[in-house]
Amino acid sequence: MPLRNSWPAALGEDWRYGGFGLYVHWPFCEAKCPYCDFNSHVAAHVDQERWAKALAAEINRVGALTEGRVLNSVFFGGGTPSLMEPATVDTVLKAAQAAWPWANDIEISLEANPRSVEADRFRGFADAGVNRVSLGVQSLRDADLKRLGRLHDAREARAAFDTARAVFDRVSFDLIYARQDQSLTDWEAELTEAMQMAVDHLSLYQLTIEPGTAFWDRAQRGRLRGLPGEDLASDMYQVTQDVTAAHGFSAYEVSNHAKPRAESRHNLVYWRYGDYAGVGPGAHGRLSLEGRKYATVGWQAPGKWLAATEAGSGDENVEKVPPHEQGIEQILMGLRLLEGISVQRLQEVNAGAIDAGGLQELLDLGFVGMDGDRLIATETGRPVLNAVIEKLIAS
Amino acid sequence: MSTPLSHIRNFSIVAHIDHGKSTLADRLIQSTNTVSDRDMKDQLLDAMDIERERGITIKANTVRIDYTAQDGEHYVLNLIDTPGHVDFAYEVSRSMRAVEGSLLVVDASQGVEAQTLANVYTAIEADHEIVPVLNKVDLPAAEPERVAEQIEDVIGIDASDACLISAKTGLGIPDVLEAIVNRLPPPHEGDPDAPLKAMLVDSWYDPYLGVVVLIRIMDGTLKKGDQIKMMQTGAKYGVDRLGVFRPAMEAKDELGPGEIGFLTASIKQVRDTRVGDTITHEKKGAETPLPGFKPSQPVVFCGLFPVDSSEFEDLRDAIEKLALNDASFSFEMETSAALGFGFRCGFLGLLHLEVVRDRIEREYNIDLITTAPSVIYHVFMKDGAMIELHNPADMPDPSKIDHIEEPRIKATILVPDDFLGDVLKLCQDRRGIQLDLTYAGTRAMVVYDLPLNEVVFDFYDRLKSVTKGYASFDYQMEGYREDSLVKMQILVNDEPVDALSTMVHRDRAEMRGRAMCEKLKDLIPRHMFKIPIQAAIGGKVIARETLSALRKDVTAKCYGGDATRKKKLLEKQKAGKKKMRQFGRVDIPQEAFISALKMDG
Repeated sequence: MPLRNSWPAALGEDWRYGGFGLYVHWPFCEAKCPYCDFNSHVAAHVDQERWAKALAAEINRVGALTEGRVLNSVFFGGGTPSLMEPATVDTVLKAAQAAWPWANDIEISLEANPRSVEADRFRGFADAGVNRVSLGVQSLRDADLKRLGRLHDAREARAAFDTARAVFDRVSFDLIYARQDQSLTDWEAELTEAMQMAVDHLSLYQLTIEPGTAFWDRAQRGRLRGLPGEDLASDMYQVTQDVTAAHGFSAYEVSNHAKPRAESRHNLVYWRYGDYAGVGPGAHGRLSLEGRKYATVGWQAPGKWLAATEAGSGDENVEKVPPHEQGIEQILMGLRLLEGISVQRLQEVNAGAIDAGGLQELLDLGFVGMDGDRLIATETGRPVLNAVIEKLIAS
Repeated sequence: MSTPLSHIRNFSIVAHIDHGKSTLADRLIQSTNTVSDRDMKDQLLDAMDIERERGITIKANTVRIDYTAQDGEHYVLNLIDTPGHVDFAYEVSRSMRAVEGSLLVVDASQGVEAQTLANVYTAIEADHEIVPVLNKVDLPAAEPERVAEQIEDVIGIDASDACLISAKTGLGIPDVLEAIVNRLPPPHEGDPDAPLKAMLVDSWYDPYLGVVVLIRIMDGTLKKGDQIKMMQTGAKYGVDRLGVFRPAMEAKDELGPGEIGFLTASIKQVRDTRVGDTITHEKKGAETPLPGFKPSQPVVFCGLFPVDSSEFEDLRDAIEKLALNDASFSFEMETSAALGFGFRCGFLGLLHLEVVRDRIEREYNIDLITTAPSVIYHVFMKDGAMIELHNPADMPDPSKIDHIEEPRIKATILVPDDFLGDVLKLCQDRRGIQLDLTYAGTRAMVVYDLPLNEVVFDFYDRLKSVTKGYASFDYQMEGYREDSLVKMQILVNDEPVDALSTMVHRDRAEMRGRAMCEKLKDLIPRHMFKIPIQAAIGGKVIARETLSALRKDVTAKCYGGDATRKKKLLEKQKAGKKKMRQFGRVDIPQEAFISALKMDG
C-alpha cells in the first residue's frame, strides 16, 4: 500500500469521489476517418498475441502501484477495439482481474464499429467479459456516412446493432450532428429515428473540425463547405436536448444522454475526476499515489509504445498534477455533468480555483446555479461551457 | 591636408522609391573601388533593418568616394543619401543645403512621381545643379525620350543630355561619374582660415561611439581635439574623433571647407544635437549661424500602450532609448481609463509613427496597442483662450468652445489617367478641395487642399489600393482652418471607450459612426451576453449596433485523454484574453482599436 503521509488524508483519497477505472487503448483502424483526431493507425498486420502480452504487462505494472483498489470499470477505446481478437480482450481482462479486486457491478465497455465482420466477434467479446458496447454508428444516412469516411452503411449498422443487443446487456451508440449540409429538420428526423432504436444510452456529438484531421486540412483550403454556423449548431444542440428529453433520456453530460442508471460508469470516472489507469499507446491516466496525483501518458506511436513496454514501461511521461491544476481539472470535467461539482471537494484540493467575481457574474447571468454544495452549469450555461469555465477559473 | 575646393563635389540623389537610388549609390561605390567586392552588399547605405525592408532611407547616410576623372585629376565625391519621405522633409532640406548638386534619378519606364517632384523642388530651392539620370533604360518598357520630355515639362529643367543608365547592370555608370565632376559645381566658397562654420546635417547613436554627428564644413577647419560649440543649443564639447565615411568610418585629423564627415564628442543623446544647427569653435567662433535652422515639430499624435500592462516600464525604457536617437519624436505619459498607462507620442508623419512603433515591437519585443492617430486641433474657447488639442479624450466642454480649427495640407498626387476618377472620389470623400488638375502625358497631376486629419490614418493605403499602386503622393502643411468638428465617442456595452474617441466632421459623423459600430461588431468576439455598440456625439447616440450573445461554445468530446489538452487550451484562452482590454465586462481585442477606424471604400 502506498504511504499517505505527504498530504491530508482527504486529499489523498480525493479520487474516491470518482472511483477507479482502467482504460485500454487499441490504436489500430482499418481506415482513418476524416474527422477523427484520436491516436489511430492503419496497420496491415498486427501481432495480436504480442500486443495482448504487452497490454497485460502494463496492467501488471500499474496494478502493483495501485494494489488493493476496487476496479469499477474497464473501457476498450481506440482506434477500433472491435478489431481486437476476443482472445486478446480475454488476456487483457484476465490481467485486470489479477491486478485488482473487481466491483460486483463492474462495467466493461468496448467501442465497436457497426459492421458485420466485427459483429461476428461480439459473442467472443461477451465471453471474455465485455458487458457493454458502444457502437460508432455516427449517422443513419448513407450519403453522410460516406462523407464521414465510414466503411459501413445504415442497414449494416442497424444489423450490427441488433446483434449487439442480442449479445450484450448494455448497448449504446454514437451519432455525429452538425454535419455538412445538414438542416435542423434533417437532424431532428434522424435523431427521432435513432430514438426508436436506442435502448438506454446515446452519445450525440457535434461535428468538430480538429487540427491534424483530413477535415481540418480541407477546411483550411476552403474545401469543407456547408458546415452549420454558430446559430444553426446551437439550434441543433437544443433540438438534441428536446428530442432526447421527450424520450425520457437525461442529458447527464454535455454529449451523453441516458435513462436513469444507464450512464456510462467508466466515463463518469473521468468526469467525476476519479483515478484511471491508462494502458496502451497514447493512453492517458490519472493516478493518486502516496497522496499525490500523477498524470501519465503512454508513447503515441504503436511501435515505440510496444518496444518501451517490453523494456519495462509504456509511459512516455509521468508528471505530478499540482493541487491547483487538480482543481482546474475537476472543474473542466465536472461541469460537463448535469450533477455539477462539489464546491467543498474542490476547495479541499484548491481553495482558490474559482474566481469569485467571475462566479458572481455567471450566477447573475444564469449560466451557473448552486444546488446545496453543488455548482452546476445551467441549461443556458452548458452550450457555452467553454466560456463559462474560462470565466469561472481564477487566473 | 584638406582637399582643394575645386576637387570636391558634394551631391545627393533625388529619386522616388524603387526608381533605383540605392542601387545607383551602390554602383558608384563599387565602380570606384571604394568598397571591395567582397564587402559589397545590396543597399549598402541603408543600415537599419527597417530601412532595408521597406526600401526607404530614414537617416541621412553618406559616403566619400575617391575618383580619378578622365582629365587625370583626383576628385573627392561626397554623396549624401537623404531620406526621401515627406515625413522627413525638413531633414531632406538640411541635407540638400549641405551639398551643391543632385542627381535626379527617374525610372525610364515609370516617369516622374510626386515624391520626386517634392524633393527636386527642395534641391532647386537649395540652388542645386541637377543632372537628370534615366535609370532602367535596359527594360523593354523604358521610354527615355518620353520621360526626358516629361522632366522638362513637369520640372522645367533641361533633360536633353540626361545620363542613360541601368544601375542594375552597371550600364552608363562611368558617364554618371564624369557628369558629377564636369557638370556639378565645386563648393561655392569657403575659407580654411575663417571662423569655423559647420552644418549639423544629421546625427545618430552608436553604441560604441556615442552620438555620431554628420557635418558639412562651410568655413574654417575642424581638427581633432578642438573645443566646439553648438550655436543653437549652446552646448560645448571636445572633438574626440573626426573622419569620413567610405562608407565605413575612417579617421582624419582635420576637415576643411567643402568637406563632409563626422565627429564624435562624448555627446550622450541625439536629442542634444539639432539637425540644421551650426557648429563652431568655442573660442574665436563664428558670430552668426548658418541660416535656415528650425526645430522639428511633430504633427501626428497617437497613444502607445503596452498590451500587457505589466510591460509599461519596459515600454518607457524602449521609448526613452529610441528618443535618444530621434529628436523629432516627442512623448509624454498618458493614462487611459481603458488602456492603463502608456505614452502619447508625437511624430513627423505616419511613416515616422509606423517606423517607431515597429522598432518598439521588434527591437524591444513589446506588443503595443496603438490608438487612433490624431492631429493637433486649435480649440478656441469663448473666453478667448486657444487650446492645442493633441488627444480627443482631452476635449474641453463643448459649451465653452467658440470654434475649432484643424490643420490642412496641400497634397499633390500623380496618377495615370485610368485611376483619376477614383482618386478624385477619394479626395472628395476626405473633405478635399480641388486646387489644380493638369496633365503630363497620360498622367494627371491633381493638387488638393485636404484636412490632415483625413490623411493621417489610412489615406495612403486607400490611395494605393484604388490606384493599384500607380499613384504617388506628397504633401506639405498649409496652416489651420475652421470647420465644423465634433468629438465622437464610442460606447461599448454603455461604457465610453476613450481610446476609440475621434474628431470628425459634423456632416460625416453619422456615416463614420455607423461604419465604426459595424466594424466593432465584427472585431469584438461574442460574449455571454449581448452587447450594444453605439456612437455618440455629446449625449446623443448617432449610430447603434448589437453584438448578439455567444450561443455555442462547448467541447463535444471530453474524456480521460482530454483533460490535459483542455487544460492547455484553457491556459491559451486565458493568455489570449490578456491580449484583450477589458471595458466593463467586455473584452476588446487590441487590433480593434486601429481596425475600427479604417474606412474601406
